[in-house]
Amino acid sequence: MSDTGIGASVKRKEDFRFLTGQGRYTDDINRPGQLYAYFVRSPHAHAKIKGINKAEAEKSPGVRAVFIGADMEADNVGSLPCGWVVTDRHGDPHKAPPHFPLARDKVRYVGDHVAVVIAETYAQAKEAGETVEVDYEELPAAATLGTALSSSAPLVHDEAPGNLCYDWVLGDEAEADAAFAKAAHITKVDLVNNRLIPNAMEPRAAIGEYDGGTDSYTLYSTSQNPHLLKLILCAFVLGLSENKLRVIAPDVGGGFGSKIFCYAEETVCTWAAKKVRAPVKWTGDRSEAFTSDAHGRDHITHAQLAMDENGKFLGMKVETTANMGAYLSSFATSIPTYLYATLLAGQYTTPVIYVNVKSAFTNTAPVDAYRGAGRPEATYVVERLVEVAAREMNIDPAEIRRRNFIKPEQFPYQTPVALQYDIGDYDASMTKALEMIDYDGFPARKAASEAKGKLRGIGFSAYIEACGIAPSAVVGSLGAGVGLWESAQVRFNATGTVSVFTGTHSHGQGHETTFSQLVADTLGLPIENVEVVHGDTGSIPMGMGTYGSRSLAVGGSAISKACDKIIEKSKKIAAHLMEASVDDVEFDKGTFRVKGTDKEKSIAEIAFTAYVPHNYPEDLEPGLDETAFYDPLNFTYPSGVHIAEVEIDPATGMTEIVDWVAVDDFGNVINPMVVEGQVHGGIAQGVGQAMLERAVYDDGGQLLTGSYMDYCMPRADNLPSFRVGMTQTACTHNPLGVKGCGEAGAIAAPAATINAITNALGILSMDMPATPEKVWRLANQHAQAAE
Amino acid sequence: MYDFNHHRPASVEDAAKALTGASDGKILAGGQTLIPTLKQRLASPSDIIDLGGIAALKGIKEEGGNIVIGAMTTHATVAGDATVKAKIPALAALADGIGDAQVRNRGTIGGSIANNDPAADYPAGLVGLGATVHTNKRDIPADDFFLGMFETALEEDEIVTVVTFPVPEKAAYAKFANPASRYAIVGVMVSSGPAGVRVAVTGAGPRALPPRRPRGGAGR
Amino acid sequence: MPSVSMTVNGRAVTGDVEGRTLLVQFLRENLSLTGTHVGCDTSQCGACVVHVNGESVKSCTMLAVQADGAEVTTIEGLAKDGELHPMQEAFRENHGLQCGFCTPGMVMSAVDLLQKNPNPDEGEIREWLEGNICRCTGYHNIVKAIQTAAASMKG
Repeated sequence: MSDTGIGASVKRKEDFRFLTGQGRYTDDINRPGQLYAYFVRSPHAHAKIKGINKAEAEKSPGVRAVFIGADMEADNVGSLPCGWVVTDRHGDPHKAPPHFPLARDKVRYVGDHVAVVIAETYAQAKEAGETVEVDYEELPAAATLGTALSSSAPLVHDEAPGNLCYDWVLGDEAEADAAFAKAAHITKVDLVNNRLIPNAMEPRAAIGEYDGGTDSYTLYSTSQNPHLLKLILCAFVLGLSENKLRVIAPDVGGGFGSKIFCYAEETVCTWAAKKVRAPVKWTGDRSEAFTSDAHGRDHITHAQLAMDENGKFLGMKVETTANMGAYLSSFATSIPTYLYATLLAGQYTTPVIYVNVKSAFTNTAPVDAYRGAGRPEATYVVERLVEVAAREMNIDPAEIRRRNFIKPEQFPYQTPVALQYDIGDYDASMTKALEMIDYDGFPARKAASEAKGKLRGIGFSAYIEACGIAPSAVVGSLGAGVGLWESAQVRFNATGTVSVFTGTHSHGQGHETTFSQLVADTLGLPIENVEVVHGDTGSIPMGMGTYGSRSLAVGGSAISKACDKIIEKSKKIAAHLMEASVDDVEFDKGTFRVKGTDKEKSIAEIAFTAYVPHNYPEDLEPGLDETAFYDPLNFTYPSGVHIAEVEIDPATGMTEIVDWVAVDDFGNVINPMVVEGQVHGGIAQGVGQAMLERAVYDDGGQLLTGSYMDYCMPRADNLPSFRVGMTQTACTHNPLGVKGCGEAGAIAAPAATINAITNALGILSMDMPATPEKVWRLANQHAQAAE
Repeated sequence: MYDFNHHRPASVEDAAKALTGASDGKILAGGQTLIPTLKQRLASPSDIIDLGGIAALKGIKEEGGNIVIGAMTTHATVAGDATVKAKIPALAALADGIGDAQVRNRGTIGGSIANNDPAADYPAGLVGLGATVHTNKRDIPADDFFLGMFETALEEDEIVTVVTFPVPEKAAYAKFANPASRYAIVGVMVSSGPAGVRVAVTGAGPRALPPRRPRGGAGR
Repeated sequence: MPSVSMTVNGRAVTGDVEGRTLLVQFLRENLSLTGTHVGCDTSQCGACVVHVNGESVKSCTMLAVQADGAEVTTIEGLAKDGELHPMQEAFRENHGLQCGFCTPGMVMSAVDLLQKNPNPDEGEIREWLEGNICRCTGYHNIVKAIQTAAASMKG
């Protein structure tokens, strides 16, 4: 392994610009003559719009235009679509009420978009916005998931009776009932997967621009998938020719799913740029992010696990109600179905699983993918069930997992919930994690804590995820409106340097480094000779963007394929130059050699020849520039075991995470430093969910946690340093043998944390987040019970 | 934020004049509460009178057995001051726990007490240590200064100049912070000194208060 | 309209601002120093941290007029003669950043920590960072970077 090749912790190429203040985020971009947009938003969770008087706003200083829903309707602007059709238990598609970028007759959540004011300065737009008079007739709100599906709940959409988006099932209920009938023990849990607000540190922003000379648009946007945004805006919303919109997603300050979706603000900025004949810039503030970024999670679940007398799992039944919010965000419907229910087998051989998911409309912000997207919710169900089962059956929590793990020789393994796992070694991860945490030493550590008046607990989470999203044919058969392949273009420049164009998008993941390593290693080039370009639909082949831990597994595989094509073509040129048969030319570390001779040509010489083809094969095109599209054959299945150890002060309810061991199997690893960083960040978000974060709406639909004063973000002093280990089973079906690492921490951590805290408290269950108040109450209840 | 007229007087007298002359004037000290309030458009003063140019309001000294702290002294200065650390370490610790490092570099004792946020630390510190608030007009014992939520004894054109703290024999401050905002859910200052045992609680009511029956009996 | 003069990254600058103009707006909009970011509106996230007269402050919670006559250092002014500051170097070396958005404020805050406490332990570093929120790194590598910088700045 070279110090910059595959497997090396190469320092990141992107860091210099970020560390010196030279990153270029959307709000850092200013276009000549640009105007500023301010959105007038609904203060009500549910109301009829009886009238809008914008006359005073239009006369305000600096204001160029004020637009409302009727203006967009007049231009035939469509609804923001949901790109995944879920078919319900009766064979009908999910309810898909329209979602207009500016509300037309009704507002349906606090923060819903009512009007946009466009002015010469942002302050002018905002001040004028306060003078837009909206005549609302307030309506009762269905703000709470727990009651949204009841017959007495106010109706969010006339198109969705009972607020039901779909009632969906997976698995055979009768088979599950039969398995439960044979059970020696049944464990039951009731779980709330708390609603979260993604909170990427860079708020969303957009600049729409229109060029009258070519009748074309440019949109700068904080997007994780600029091509997808372009496709949705052109084909579904604005009715533009796709060759007339260029979307640029420059440096993006974190996404975690929330920047996948097509939002109202960027739609309005693009549309309005033509109306006002000037670039229109909108930069969200944090308050707007809280109310109108798509939120995550928000499930209520009742789950049961049937076991024989040895704790062998016989069957599982899960009933979940999931919140869609007021409108369907771009992929909302797929999250609590295909990205959730299909993961409920976990790492175990549970032979029968039956899942019923009902998704509900509520008068709250839309809910969609947030780091992990369905898989953290599934892992929380499985790993809470297993932990409670272990406690009820009095079996060691590591042991009950081991008894039920899928064994290495059982792969490929078909689960009862549609997925076929290709490879894994769950016991290896468990063994390594137990060693790292010194499981045998736990009783002594617990006793030492007790001597200090503290309660110590240990918690496990053995997770699996389906990543590398995804095989197009599979997701298509399940209702996805897009294919989920990825593209790459590898372009040699004449002087031997390489530009790599990827359809994935980096917003913190370090693609510029990892992909450079991959290309430099494959083509035998110095890493500094490779440049990775992403985020501009004007220069990159159509690609699907970054989410679902797919960038390396799918995008990296496309790069690998493109490199193969480069080598294949180069061999022909090399054979010509060295007057040998192509079959006799070998390639290794950047050099082509004729077998059994000392003839050789560097790949840089070949590139030069390809662009200056004076002496060149007759039947070959000049140039060395190859594009590849890669459609994965299966999902990838990263897995692992996380173990958390906590110490609780029963006097204050304060919980300290005193140790955290993460052992993950991500398959082959290109850059361990980057991978470990992804694990750290994921754990922090998972611990945030377990201990700190919770989005709360009151019964009237007002968001009570609308700023960092009330929504608790993980800070440095909430977290420990993490200990990260790896095991490896290479993915069997992509050329790199990689699986994906971006979401693992967020998937594993909530269950590990709650299992540790409940272990410390000597109880079976508690709801997230485990705040000091809740822990204090439980600790003291526990103390009383122990007396 | 709505716009306003900005004044940067060089003396307390000029500041008082500017305040009297404004239709709806507001004093700007460190600004760590006022500026966020203005940004959220929760206040729209006509005039901002910025005390940042008045050197006389800054600094810490020991005088007549008391610790005297200028109104524009930052929390970081109080937290790091050798005299405060030696004489009233509880007060240094209190200041060191306000907000975050950057808030402590800008926020001031005068601004904090004049704002009298029910979850702020300093009010409990002043009451619990038996401090006296000095203004451009008079001296006000801490017990009489904090009237209610965001309400103090300060008159319209009255400006806090210094706060004096008697040196206790011993004192301690402890708080339980809101995990999100990091403001005190509850904070308690306990001191024992010439005036007896004093206890003051912040966060648990509309203003910093001694509890009804402090243990040890002496009360205020 | 008030006029302000200050020294930013060693350069004397003057500009007309409104009373309400925040220091961060002056830096980003008047001076095009866009390395300083805005991540929240409640003075909590710390993406906007710069140094004013040598101390870290939140430039979103300070008026430009309050910085009149001050020495201001932003992330753009930290590297000298093309050489990264040891703190910047340590963040790079330890992968203390991912998306880069919180990074300028994080680095400026960390530099101030070491001015005040050249040998912080892990707990002191974590406590100091209360005013800087990072959503990407889980802070693990930020803490490591600050420890590395402390060691290299002593050496």
